[in-house]
Amino acid sequence: MSVMDFSAIRSRLAGSEGRLYWRSLGELADTAQFREYLHREFPEQASQWNDPQGRRHFLKLMSASLALAGVSACTKQPPEKIVPYVRQPEDLVPGRPLFFATAIPFGGVAAPVLVESHEGHPTKVEGNPQHPASMGSTDTFTQASILTLYDPDRSQAVLYRGEFRGWGDFLSGVKNAVLDQQATRGAGLRFLSETITSPTALEQISLIQRAFPQAKWHHWDPAIRTADAVYHFDKADIVVTLDADFLGCGPASVRYSRDFAARRRAGADAEHNGAEGDAAKPMNRLYAIESTPSLTGAKADHRLPLRASEIEAAARALSGSGSGSFSNQDAQKFLDAVVKDLQAHRGTSLVVAGDYQPAAVHQLARALNQTLGNVGSTVTYAAAAPPENAEPVASLRELTQAMDAGQVQVLVILGSNPVFTAPADLKFAEKLSKVGLSIAHTTHPDETSSLCHWAVPEAHPLESWGDARAFDGTVTIMQPLIAPLYDGRTAIEVLAAFIDAQGGKSAHDLVRDYWTRAHAGQVAGWTITDPTGQPFKSADSMWRHVLHDGWVPGTGAQGSQGEGRGSTPAAVAAPGAAAPRTADNATPATGGLEIIFRPDPTIWDGRFANNGWLQELPKPLTKITWDPSAWIGLRTAEEHKLNDGDLIELKFRGNTATLPVAIVPGHPDGAVTAFFGYGRERTGRVGQPAEDVAKAFNAYRLRTSDALWFGSGLEISKVGRYTLARTQEHHLMEERNPVREANIEEYRKDPEVIAHLGEKPPRTLTLIPEWEYTGYKWGMSIDLTACTGCCTCTVACNAENNIPVVGKDQVNRGREIHWIRVDHYFSGMVDNPETFHQPVPCMQCENAPCELVCPVGATTHSAEGLNDMVYNRCVGTRYCSNNCPYKVRRFNFLLYQDWNTSSLEPLRNPDVTVRSRGVMEKCTYCVQRINYARIDAKREDRKIHDGEVVPACAAACPADAIVFGDLNDPESRVTRLKKLDRNYGLLEDLNTRPRTTYLASLRNPNPELETARPAATSHD
Amino acid sequence: MSQIFHRSTNIWSKVSILGALVFVGFLGFVVVTISWSGYVTGQGITIDQPVQFSHAHHVGSMGIDCRYCHTTVEESAFANIPPTKTCMNCHSQIWTNAPILEPVRASYRENRPLQWTRVHDLPDFVYFNHSIHVAKGVGCSTCHGQVDRMPLMYQENSLQMRWCLDCHRNPAKYIRPRDQVFNMAYQRPADDPGLGERLVKEYKIADAKQITSCSTCHR
Repeated sequence: MSVMDFSAIRSRLAGSEGRLYWRSLGELADTAQFREYLHREFPEQASQWNDPQGRRHFLKLMSASLALAGVSACTKQPPEKIVPYVRQPEDLVPGRPLFFATAIPFGGVAAPVLVESHEGHPTKVEGNPQHPASMGSTDTFTQASILTLYDPDRSQAVLYRGEFRGWGDFLSGVKNAVLDQQATRGAGLRFLSETITSPTALEQISLIQRAFPQAKWHHWDPAIRTADAVYHFDKADIVVTLDADFLGCGPASVRYSRDFAARRRAGADAEHNGAEGDAAKPMNRLYAIESTPSLTGAKADHRLPLRASEIEAAARALSGSGSGSFSNQDAQKFLDAVVKDLQAHRGTSLVVAGDYQPAAVHQLARALNQTLGNVGSTVTYAAAAPPENAEPVASLRELTQAMDAGQVQVLVILGSNPVFTAPADLKFAEKLSKVGLSIAHTTHPDETSSLCHWAVPEAHPLESWGDARAFDGTVTIMQPLIAPLYDGRTAIEVLAAFIDAQGGKSAHDLVRDYWTRAHAGQVAGWTITDPTGQPFKSADSMWRHVLHDGWVPGTGAQGSQGEGRGSTPAAVAAPGAAAPRTADNATPATGGLEIIFRPDPTIWDGRFANNGWLQELPKPLTKITWDPSAWIGLRTAEEHKLNDGDLIELKFRGNTATLPVAIVPGHPDGAVTAFFGYGRERTGRVGQPAEDVAKAFNAYRLRTSDALWFGSGLEISKVGRYTLARTQEHHLMEERNPVREANIEEYRKDPEVIAHLGEKPPRTLTLIPEWEYTGYKWGMSIDLTACTGCCTCTVACNAENNIPVVGKDQVNRGREIHWIRVDHYFSGMVDNPETFHQPVPCMQCENAPCELVCPVGATTHSAEGLNDMVYNRCVGTRYCSNNCPYKVRRFNFLLYQDWNTSSLEPLRNPDVTVRSRGVMEKCTYCVQRINYARIDAKREDRKIHDGEVVPACAAACPADAIVFGDLNDPESRVTRLKKLDRNYGLLEDLNTRPRTTYLASLRNPNPELETARPAATSHD
Repeated sequence: MSQIFHRSTNIWSKVSILGALVFVGFLGFVVVTISWSGYVTGQGITIDQPVQFSHAHHVGSMGIDCRYCHTTVEESAFANIPPTKTCMNCHSQIWTNAPILEPVRASYRENRPLQWTRVHDLPDFVYFNHSIHVAKGVGCSTCHGQVDRMPLMYQENSLQMRWCLDCHRNPAKYIRPRDQVFNMAYQRPADDPGLGERLVKEYKIADAKQITSCSTCHR
């Protein structure tokens, strides 16, 4: 790769006429590598076609394959078995999936879901539409959790010092250890867990504490701050974030995205056609004051990049209790404008403090909301913040000190991986060896379980009975979809081993017992009523009702609170002598750069390292797959002479780690963001670092307890180069205005402003004969105003359509198979650009260029306007892909599907063909779902209702940005959306007549802060 | 200058060109014959099963309705192969000691499913749905033949795509009144040639363009 010329980038941007949308710095600098991507669809090995030697080889292969082509058609199908039930379960209709409501906890907080089950094996996770925390949507992690269930690398058996043992052996081992503890009233007994919201488990903990008053509970979560506030974005006109990424991550992000996007959309279209939502509400305005660029910042109307250490000063400036000097010269003007806007919206504004900011910022935000009168309207605070929020490491530090002093005889580590994730200065692994008996309860063999005496496999949530609370407190009782594939146990069963009365009981019995008592009013804090407020007839009817619906009515924020609402075991344990108070982000002025820590956007704190879907999911904003990166701003890169893909060594507080560089426009200067989660030493096949150098990509090595989220004094030095598999420059459509956007004011003044950004040729200008669609006419609308760029659609599509994982090497060659990709564009100046996301599935063109060039008729037009892809006809010429202006067709260059791993077989959607090598594939609008609904409707002699067919991407979308339906139905939601003035087709000047169209991105900037920007102009 | 080839070679070259064409044609004929034959399609071939279940006996002689065993044929893509329990509904009372039924009893006793071999096996990229065909008046025997006369089950038709398309292009030729769908011996009334067209209209069967779209069956 040629070295980027930064000055050329700046001058190009400065000299550009009109608005310029760019994908990457490489595009702006016009590097050789970028040109290669642009001109060849699949750059690697493409040169073979021009090379006479390669051509001859190709012809030889072609003649051989032609000769064999006829033979292959004669293959006989091998005989297949039909295995009916012995006793068929009631309600089960073979060939029709069943859906069960349950929850998948993430960091202890429930994500409520409906899981699709085909004859007893779960295949797809959907949100629970009735549940207030989901509204039918999910996040990426929840979508991908189904792959973890079938992961062949999961822990499969109870191990003691690495040898196979049974569950019975474990129970007796625990019994002996507990007997020893009785004399000292549990003084040597310690538990370490993430946040636990399960009422059953919390009761178990209190039982354990009653039996062993000296036992202690410790809390450690490397990435999630225990929530102590619930925000109501549906009521907020002005939102100010202080390094908060409420759209991108956290257990509440699904609901927050939904509320936020609804307000944006309602405001955008209120005066136009009144198509959607509450016309009385104006479009909300989002100010993001943030360090590391986030999805929330990308959605913001105004974004102020500051170093993480400056956020507190910004918060003070907002509350009028001080004004600091900032590294960003625009800061003061920005903050003044925000203050003015906040004052003008008392009671309807909202200040959100970020999970990655210290307690002081949260207190400032709380005080601000208090003064602005927002508490109770746009935000609800918990009565008391959990203690770990003030000092996230205190509890873990206390544990390691006790371990070091030899005071810990029995340590139970539930569902976390502290050996990998604990701050480096605590030296957890070293001290673990001083523990008498250590027990790890983990899903995969990991760094912690390999160092513990007992390793107990953790059952996947879809195999477990249990309970958990959503971010708003609503309880879901979790039911298993499948019997444990391996010898997995739930945390409740592990805890039961420590309680005399419960030892050896199943999780089902324990959970059911708890809720039966809760129903009878025997558990303090619960009043269980049915949705109408009446008591249930019996415990049995309550049990059936809550399992069916997926949540216990009346347990949300407004309902009964129960024991330990939103609190953690740490609150129960109440550590006696708290460690000396230190701010968790003391920043001694030692100069150097600032380091900012963030969990990886896709594999999180490292727990999803073995999940191929998440590894291959392009990370929002950088589109890097399979690797972590260190983000730096453009100016800092210039100063240190760094380029994308340079390997740097980071030195911080005496520790070192290596990371590849990604230059991220909009990153604050003088700071480096290091993402932790990679560099796993012990994990499955997928998560294992592929190259030796990648073993040092572990940012946890730098993370210390006094600089949990940021700290200054970082030194960096370039140590080499590294190849990052980055999809940011893949599938380019060149400079053709793929994204259209306007300000809400511009749009109100002139609704045609969006249409003027492109050219729409007259319908008659085509050689293809006109066709009238008389039946259904499927179409999709994607709202760029709502889309947050979270990429949940991509993972949902993976799960629904049996899309294979191709690996880093293939991604690097531009061969990723994602049917729906999320393109990412920048606009404006490189130091703080505006960011746009655009999901791109197949456009299902009415005049489809791909169909005309297929020599074997493998891609044809259906009567309903779908652009059908027939795998069994495809011979792999790839002409269609070459002729597709949207670059949405994907080719199986190799046999990407794993046909050998038997545990992956039940994962596949039986309604979608599993593609083999050498065929083209692409988005089908989830035709299996269309056919399913069409057959049901025809059988019942009716039309398909609007909203009956929901493609996987639309169902998963937290922002409800994707809407699908029948364009021949004038009342359908999609038809109404397409009538909006901001509707436009991608590259519609080509007259492809795409069925998928976009609603332009609208922003609501503050006129005071509007810098003069080039007016949007039509394409040249 | 004398000619290089003797005049008689003309006839030889003509014969060999013609022969080559005939040979290629013959080869094509062989390939097509094989691929349309029961050897490839499985048409007309009985398959070994764990129990020699006779449809002729159960349907033909006893008169058991198709849906007693194939319970989901009206509501699902899959018609259902009956669970062992269905067999035992009767065979716990009659023929309780018949050796031929031992695999069934063993299955019920040991809670171990019977493993049948598929007779009608479509390729994995084809998605056939029983319920819609039954609802639109395609009789069981139209595709499966007169099962009530089959002591051992075999595939009556080729199940090749051209066979499917024969009906999808012109359903009027094959469909029957809904109340006759499960009638094995149904014959189209000779005195009512317009019946098919009438039923197509009455049952709102989509036009050929729609039901021959690729994604109707392939996805």
